Amino acid sequence: MSPQEIHDNLKAKFGDAILEAKLDALQPWIRVDDHRIKEICLFLHDEPTFQFDYLMCLSGIDYNNGTLGAVYHLSSMSHKHKIVLKATCPKDNPRIQSVSSVWGTANWHEREAYDMYGIVFDEHPDLRRILCPDDYPGFPLRKDFKVPEFYNGMKVPY
Amino acid sequence: MTESRVLPTNYVTKPEDLKTSSGRTLRTDEMIINMGPQHPSTHGVLRLEIVVDGEIIVDVIPHIGYLHRCFEKHAEHMTNYQQVIPYVDRMDYVSSMNNDLGYALAVERMLKIEVPERVEYIRVIMAELQRIASHLIAVGTFGIDSGAFTPFLYAFRDREFILDLFEMTCGARLLYNYVWVGGVSHDLPPTFIDKAKEFCKYFKPRLVDFNNLLTFNEIFVKRNAKVGVLPREVAINYACSGPMLRASGVDWDLRRDDPYSVYHKLEWDVVVGKGEVGTAGDCWDRHIVRMREMEQSVRIIEQALDAIPEGNVQAAIPKRIRPDHSEVYVRTETPRGELGFYVVSDGTASPYRVKARAPAFVNLSVLPEISRGAMLADLVLIVGSVDIVLGEVDR
Amino acid sequence: MNPTLESLIITVLLSALPLVFILVYALVTLYLEMKVAAHIQDRVAYMRTGWHGVLQPFADILKLLQKEDTIPAAADRFLFILAPYIVFVGTYAAFAIIPFTDAYIGSNIHLGVFFLIGVSSLVVIGILMGGWASNNKWSIFGAIRSAAQMISYEIPTALAVLIVVMITGSLNLQEITKFQDGGIQNWILFGGPLPLLTKLLLLPFTLLTFLILFTASLAEVNRTPFDLPEAESELVQGFNTEYSGMRFAMFYLAEYANMFVVSAVAVALFLGGWSSPFGEFMSGPVWGAFWLIGKAMVFIFLQIWIRWTLPRLRVDQLMYTSWKVLMPFLFVCLFAVGLILVLTV
Repeated sequence: MSPQEIHDNLKAKFGDAILEAKLDALQPWIRVDDHRIKEICLFLHDEPTFQFDYLMCLSGIDYNNGTLGAVYHLSSMSHKHKIVLKATCPKDNPRIQSVSSVWGTANWHEREAYDMYGIVFDEHPDLRRILCPDDYPGFPLRKDFKVPEFYNGMKVPY
Repeated sequence: MTESRVLPTNYVTKPEDLKTSSGRTLRTDEMIINMGPQHPSTHGVLRLEIVVDGEIIVDVIPHIGYLHRCFEKHAEHMTNYQQVIPYVDRMDYVSSMNNDLGYALAVERMLKIEVPERVEYIRVIMAELQRIASHLIAVGTFGIDSGAFTPFLYAFRDREFILDLFEMTCGARLLYNYVWVGGVSHDLPPTFIDKAKEFCKYFKPRLVDFNNLLTFNEIFVKRNAKVGVLPREVAINYACSGPMLRASGVDWDLRRDDPYSVYHKLEWDVVVGKGEVGTAGDCWDRHIVRMREMEQSVRIIEQALDAIPEGNVQAAIPKRIRPDHSEVYVRTETPRGELGFYVVSDGTASPYRVKARAPAFVNLSVLPEISRGAMLADLVLIVGSVDIVLGEVDR
Repeated sequence: MNPTLESLIITVLLSALPLVFILVYALVTLYLEMKVAAHIQDRVAYMRTGWHGVLQPFADILKLLQKEDTIPAAADRFLFILAPYIVFVGTYAAFAIIPFTDAYIGSNIHLGVFFLIGVSSLVVIGILMGGWASNNKWSIFGAIRSAAQMISYEIPTALAVLIVVMITGSLNLQEITKFQDGGIQNWILFGGPLPLLTKLLLLPFTLLTFLILFTASLAEVNRTPFDLPEAESELVQGFNTEYSGMRFAMFYLAEYANMFVVSAVAVALFLGGWSSPFGEFMSGPVWGAFWLIGKAMVFIFLQIWIRWTLPRLRVDQLMYTSWKVLMPFLFVCLFAVGLILVLTV
């Protein structure tokens, strides 16, 4: 299926949950509502014409204009088509619905996005920091992150 | 005498108070045991919190992040896209060529650069040689995990030849900084092709040797058959890739199914596990998939060595890399699986966001699912068969 | 001098003789293990300490001697300190009944091999103590596995010994060796000094019993493929984890001594002990020691060879092998040997 067909199908089913789309980019993407992304992903996973059963990557990103986002790269092993979904949320209250019940791999990817950006994924089974220490202050990959001077009483040398 | 001893003071008095890191409370006959960050067989600094009932594992909670160097943040501060390549090398330090290749392909896709054909062939040869080297480490350490110390040394003896080839080309044995955006850093030296052909001829009987010593050994088969079975659907749902996915019976190889470089011009087979000695998707299958992939890599290298054309390898390297606002996700097949790079650029010379989707990170997340019900001795084998490299898991 | 004091001194000296032997033998075996392992793995081991590394075992011992003696703070001090010595005592006591030559045996008691089987259980107690006293979950795992393994494999060992005792009629190893004196055709491995018909009938059973005895003795010594208790890849070092320096050296020494004991006992039971395979040629008190030690070293070499070739069995597979594979075969052999002896002799 081409990205245009995917977009039209989704728009027909979910209407205003599909916010924006850029289908002429190098890799076409569709921006969706961050509180309905789970049902959209479930639809994309189960529907036989789509069958997006492989979540290639889930990345967090800081758009540097007060919003954070999560980018979902989906692919289908049987139909061999790919699509990119995006969900954005404001920086002061970053909450996105979790898709870890659709794809098991989203569990660790969302933990990493939480660890690096602070995006809280609703209904995630075990949202803890995964790479940084459990008591680390701040979210490292945000654009306005300053390395803390002291960590647990030790001076950070660089 | 008791005054001089320091006893721990955080004894837990009620079973309800004893919880794992993920919040699970234990029954009274269960025990939390810690396979700590320093351990001879966790292949690096990985902490496994294991909930055991006697010798049977009830739950495994992996703790990673001990090798986290936040290369993604560093990449954002580089002044040039080429400068990210040494960082990418150090992610999966055992298969650097493949990491370089993945990143270079991503940036080239974004800039829409076409590289000369000689460069493509050189990249394929290097990537496949690196695949053999990485799989040799994987099967060698897997042998050590099951108690056979000798295959490890045989694997390293053979790996020395590959590292000599690399040293001849770019001067480094482990972290190369060789595949650049638009080309490669050095052309092949004049004796490379003959030496590489010599290596291929030397290596094929060594694989047979290795199989006889380890793979088809009765004890090894008994230890690995039906252990750590990863069913097909779970593998796809957890986005496993590489030998882990193929061992579960899924016929999926990015070199063939999402092709890049010149793999479509070369003839080779995709190795899929069939459960020959146990169930499809057990540890033995993952091992035999890696062994057979090495044979296929030798095939690819021989064909590429014969077909390599002449050309200038530095011709397409751009002087300044300044892509416009775009983003791209490109995935390549490394020895561990699907390495994906999500590169976002904002029009300046430094990358805006580089996200590395590491195969070992994703493959490790399926560990709790496949090790429930196994014994402690099996857990070591399961972790060994997943073939993680902590540099990649933690980045 | 007072005769009792004199005999006491002589007894002490004679019983210290195996100790001297163990120390020398341990150095030799350390070196042998290194070199054999290296050549199997297609590399050369130490070449710089002395000619081809012959001084390396001394360097190893020196290193272990000068290490800091650490005891974990929460460990049970008394048991922790006692454990290595109990393990060593259990192993050393077995040297009392090994006939080094026809002129020297530590203690010529009628019990012989029965004493050996009893005393080798002390090793199990020592290992359990070491694992428990370390206050370390991994040590406890290793200790319990080791105890289970050694107890299970004592039964095949005892049964194999019983088969030989049935043929020779004595538990005393010196008597058993004398029974096999006279040349290679008299070895119990090939049926013993019995009439030809009995010999041919016994031959397959004694061969099988010897193989089983060798396998069970590998398990008794905690060597690969049965070295799960000290599996480096899993349990760090098993019950040895918290031990360092001289205590660790004690465990190690006990392991090597144990290797010699089981090899020597297997040789004495099946391969003629100190008797020369050529009959009268090269036999005598001093030659006897040479033959016994030589044959035992062949089996130690075999043990080292197997260690560096095979992977390791898992705990339940280990138990399965002992209880469901070795024992049924041994019962068949026992029954068959008994039947043959009753019918033909």
